[in-house]
Parts: sequence; structure tokens; C-alpha cells
Amino acid sequence: MHIVVCIKQVPDTKNVRIDPDTHTLVRQGVESIVNPFDLFAVEAALKLKDVNEAKITVITMGPPQASEALRDVMSRGVDEAILLSDRAFAGSDTWATSTTLAAAVRKMGDVDLILCGKQAIDGDTAQVGPEMATLLDIPYATFVKAIDIPDTSHLKVSRQTDEGTEVWKIPKPCLLTVIKEVGEPRLPSLRHKMRAKKAQIPSWGIAELGLEPEEVGLSGSFTQVVRVFSPPVRDDRVIIEGTVAEQAEQLYNLLKEAKVPGI
Amino acid sequence: MKAIVDHQKCTACGVCVDVCPFEAITLQETILEISDECTLCGMCVDTCEFGALSMPEVGSGPDVDLSAHRGIWVFAEWREGTVHKVSHELVSAGRKLADKKGTDLSAVLLGHNLDPDLFQELIAHGADVVYAVDHPELAHFRDETYSQALAELARRKKPEILLAGATSMGRSFVPRVAALLRTGLTADCTELDMSDEGLLLQTRPAFGGNVMATIVCPHRRPQMATVRPKVMKTEKVPGHEGRVETVDLPESTFQSRVEVLEVLLETDQTAKLTEADVIVSGGRGLRKGENFTLIEEVAKLFKGAVGASRGAVEEGWMPPSHQVGQTGRTVAPNLYVAVGLAGAIQHVVGMQGSKIIVAVNKDPQAPIFDIATYGVVADLFEFVPALVKKIKQEQGLA
Repeated sequence: MHIVVCIKQVPDTKNVRIDPDTHTLVRQGVESIVNPFDLFAVEAALKLKDVNEAKITVITMGPPQASEALRDVMSRGVDEAILLSDRAFAGSDTWATSTTLAAAVRKMGDVDLILCGKQAIDGDTAQVGPEMATLLDIPYATFVKAIDIPDTSHLKVSRQTDEGTEVWKIPKPCLLTVIKEVGEPRLPSLRHKMRAKKAQIPSWGIAELGLEPEEVGLSGSFTQVVRVFSPPVRDDRVIIEGTVAEQAEQLYNLLKEAKVPGI
Repeated sequence: MKAIVDHQKCTACGVCVDVCPFEAITLQETILEISDECTLCGMCVDTCEFGALSMPEVGSGPDVDLSAHRGIWVFAEWREGTVHKVSHELVSAGRKLADKKGTDLSAVLLGHNLDPDLFQELIAHGADVVYAVDHPELAHFRDETYSQALAELARRKKPEILLAGATSMGRSFVPRVAALLRTGLTADCTELDMSDEGLLLQTRPAFGGNVMATIVCPHRRPQMATVRPKVMKTEKVPGHEGRVETVDLPESTFQSRVEVLEVLLETDQTAKLTEADVIVSGGRGLRKGENFTLIEEVAKLFKGAVGASRGAVEEGWMPPSHQVGQTGRTVAPNLYVAVGLAGAIQHVVGMQGSKIIVAVNKDPQAPIFDIATYGVVADLFEFVPALVKKIKQEQGLA
């Protein structure tokens, strides 16, 4: 079984902040990390490999330094990595990103399963997985929390919905987007770290992927950001003082005034 | 491609240099330069008070006759014989957009054995037309059947805007609709408006809610967005009239490669985080798993759900399905009560969209107080029982 895991290098959101005085983005201390949901996808792939014959290839679209993210997941046990990098990819929306990733999967050819994280923590769109599956004309399941292999041609997946759990049978090849419940990511091992460090990571651009410049990046995108701004600051903050009984009474009254349901 | 500098307008003030998250902007004496590091994130454009920075435009792609597309559509999410509340919210919001644009508003209902009362409810909220597709294969949700039906309908009727709730259903199948129709989609919007040119302005949080971005889809139709539940207000339009059109689609529309084996509805009301009006969450400050009974008691009084911080989940005090935050659920209830949790940013990004946030923590320096509407600096083991007592008294339970 050939499993492809799609990952994204993202700024560590916990350090991205707007300076309240200047209203500008504070970039100090913003590190690049592997999108946390994609680490769950890597873990799901490794778990399948633990008990099945499988090869895992990880791909990412990004600038040359995104190869660090590829080496990170290789050090956890992923077999191979491919970087999709080209100046022409800049400004990609989810459609252009899906187009690029789908082209890479087509070029690989023999793919049985594509795993993605539920969403990336910078954009939070959760769209690239489903759009990519649609472009490849393969079925997909989102928000997957458990994967079983009932027979050689299908997967049985549990997906988390707002209402509960759904169990689906889905034929291979297919794409799954996964959530935390598939398993905590394993840590890098020394052996795999050494291997990741030495690995030659191929880099594919539009020429290798057989794409035209107008199909990718901003030119190939359907949506465009027209404005980026700081969210409005909450200025309605109140600290409730007094003994606990007084605090409880005050809070109750404030919530009642605000017509909170249940009160 | 990179951001465009208008050197006539640029005063070389250098503000954008500090703003760029990718260090792509440098000031060479008095000339601003943008390097290939630019990812077209757009962060610099809004900070330039001289209007000297702009983004190159998206490609227009093959010609699409934009004028052939008319009307605003709302996908009405049908679940177990009822319509999801977010769909009524969107019909109400869509009504305002349709009035502003001077066009019609339609709702699309997909399902099986659809109750005609549901059509009337959508009309009462402002829909001019309700398109209904009733088919046994739509009884259970699957991405393929739902997206094929909605895309086929859109190909026939050509709406200019298509909105759906950013629920687990909407966020799953609507990207496939957008891909089948070869159009743009913006996820999880919290604000919608019409530009003067008649484009849908889709505003959404990004970077975990630390920045807001307004997005347009200039050259493709329909312009598609999923919208976060509980953001728009439901409003009925008194006396509003509309019509219902039942649509038959070819059988091939209802084919799917996926088989639904089981649908297990969550019976534990306290686990339904995304639907809850009230969420009471606990963190490491609870000290041990058994103390979550305190949280559960408060949640029960509010008929709300129980959330947990990553720390509490890692300790094994609550199952991961209750985790709120970056790697858990993103929630935006009317009331979020954070008890004994510090407010690590990875938690905050999952709940800062809540309308009212109450923080209970004994450490006045805890970052959770920075975002709390009402902050209670107290020992939770004293305060929570006092609050429970007060609510019970008022509810006549004590």
C-alpha cells in the first residue's frame, strides 16, 4: 500500500499576535512548525504501516525551507519526501494548492491512500483535502478518528460529526482528513533522524508537475484576499470583586441581564 | 509574483518592513524593495496608510459569463427531519444581502421524506423560493451524493452566491461542490457584505483568530462561502411569501462510492460542543479527574456542554472529544465559562469567538482574563459551589 501524507509548514499560531498599540502583526519569535493536524495524519499513516506492508511518502507545497518540515516527519518514520516548490506557487488559494498537490499525486501514480490533517492552523479552511480528492476523482471522508482495513480494496473509517459518529466503508484509492483521535504523534527516533538528515529530497516545480503557470499560485486562484486587519478589541471586560458569594451573585445577575440561555 | 509597490505614493516610512511576517520587505535607503520571500499574504497592504502597497490580482481564468448568474442561495441543512439552526440564520442574512443587491433569495433542501412544514419555515425566514430534492439516497449524508445534487442544481439555475453553514456537514461537502463547479470558496466566515461592485465580501478569522481577512471571488460563479453557526441572527420576515419547487435530478447524481455502515448519534448532551449555547470548561486547575463533576454540575444547570483544556485531556480527566482549542474543537457559544484553566493561546484560539466569556481562576495574572468578559479571581473550589448554590436558588431547586 502506498500512502501519501500531505503536510503544511505553518507559523506557530500561538506566537502570532497583533501589537495592541501599533495594530501590526508581531512576528518576533514566530517559528515554523509542522501543522499539528498533519502530524496526526503522519501518525495515522505510521500506524497503518505498523501492521501492514506500506510505503509512506510525504509531500508539501512551500518555499525551499519547507523541506525542514519534511525532514521533521521523516525523522518520525516516513519513508520518502517530495517538496513542491516553485515561485509560481506564491499566493495560492485552496483551489490552486489542491491543483498542485493533485498533480504531484498523479505524477506518483500508484497511490492507494492520501492522508491530510483536518485543517491547517494558519488558514483553518479544511478545504484542500476535499478539493484535491475531487480533482483526483476519488472518494474522501473528513474528520476521521479511526481507520480499519476490512479487506484489500476498502477502508472502514469512523468520522466525528457535530451530531456523533458515522462509520463508512470507502474504496481505495481514497483521501481521508484526520483529527486528534487517530493517535498522538510519535516522537522522532535517532535512527530515523539520521536518515532524515541525509535524505535527498527531490523538489518538483511546475515543469516536473506538468502544470502551466496560469494554473497555479495567485494566477490559478479563484479567491483573493482584499483586506487583512486586526480583530476588534474586546473592551467590555469586567473583573468581579468581593467574597465568593458576592461574586456568584454578581455574575448571576450579569448573565441574567445578558439573557444567557439556561438562566 | 509579489506585492506591488507604488513608489510615487511610498514615503519610505518603513512600517511595512516590520509588519511582513516573512522579512520580505527591506528599505534600501529610500527605496522599498520586496524580495522573492513574499508569499502574497497581504499583511503589508492594510498597514500602509499611504495606499502604496497592493496585491497582484488573481487570474481571471477562462471566460465565465458572470451576468448569467443571478440570485442568492442558501443550502438548508436537513438533519433528522429538522433544518439546522444555522440555515435559518443564513436565510435571514441572505435576505439582507438579496435586498441590498436587489435579487432573489432561494433555499435548497436536500433529504428524504421532506416535511412540507420545513419549506414554510424557510419561506418565513425570507426565502423567495425553496428548491427541494427528495431522494432515498439523500436520507444519510454522504459527501458525494450531497455535493453532486447541489452542484447539478447550481449548474441548472446558476446562482451568483451560494452560502452554507460551516458545520461538520457543510465544511465536508461544500468544498467538493466548489471544486465540481470550478469556483472559489471561503471557509468559516463570520461576516458577509456586498461591495459597491456587487461582489460578496467574505470576512473570516485566520491565524487562530489573531487576524481577520476579507476575501472575494471576482471572476468565478457562484461566489461560495461557509458561515460559522451562531454568528448571524435569525429573523422572520412577517407575511413573507415564497414558492416551493421540487426538482428531479438524474439517478447518476445520487451515486456514491461510499457506504454508510452506521450512524451513532451522540447521546451525551454534554459532549455536543459545537451545538451548545453554553459551554463550561475545566483545566488543570481542577487537580484531579473526579473534580470535573463540579464542571458537569454547572454545565447541567445551563443545559450546556462540558469542555476541557488540552492539559485536562492529557491527564486523562476527559476524553479528547471534549477538548476545546487548536487541536480540539473550535467553538463559539453564547456563554463560555473557563474554570481553572490558564488560557494558553492554543486553548484561546478555539473559543475566543464566544459571545460572553467568564473566567474563573485564582491567579489574577492568568492570560484567560485578557479575553474574559467577566473575570472572577477566586479559588474555583469555593466559587463554583457558590455559583451552583445561587443558580439553584434562583431556579427554585434549592
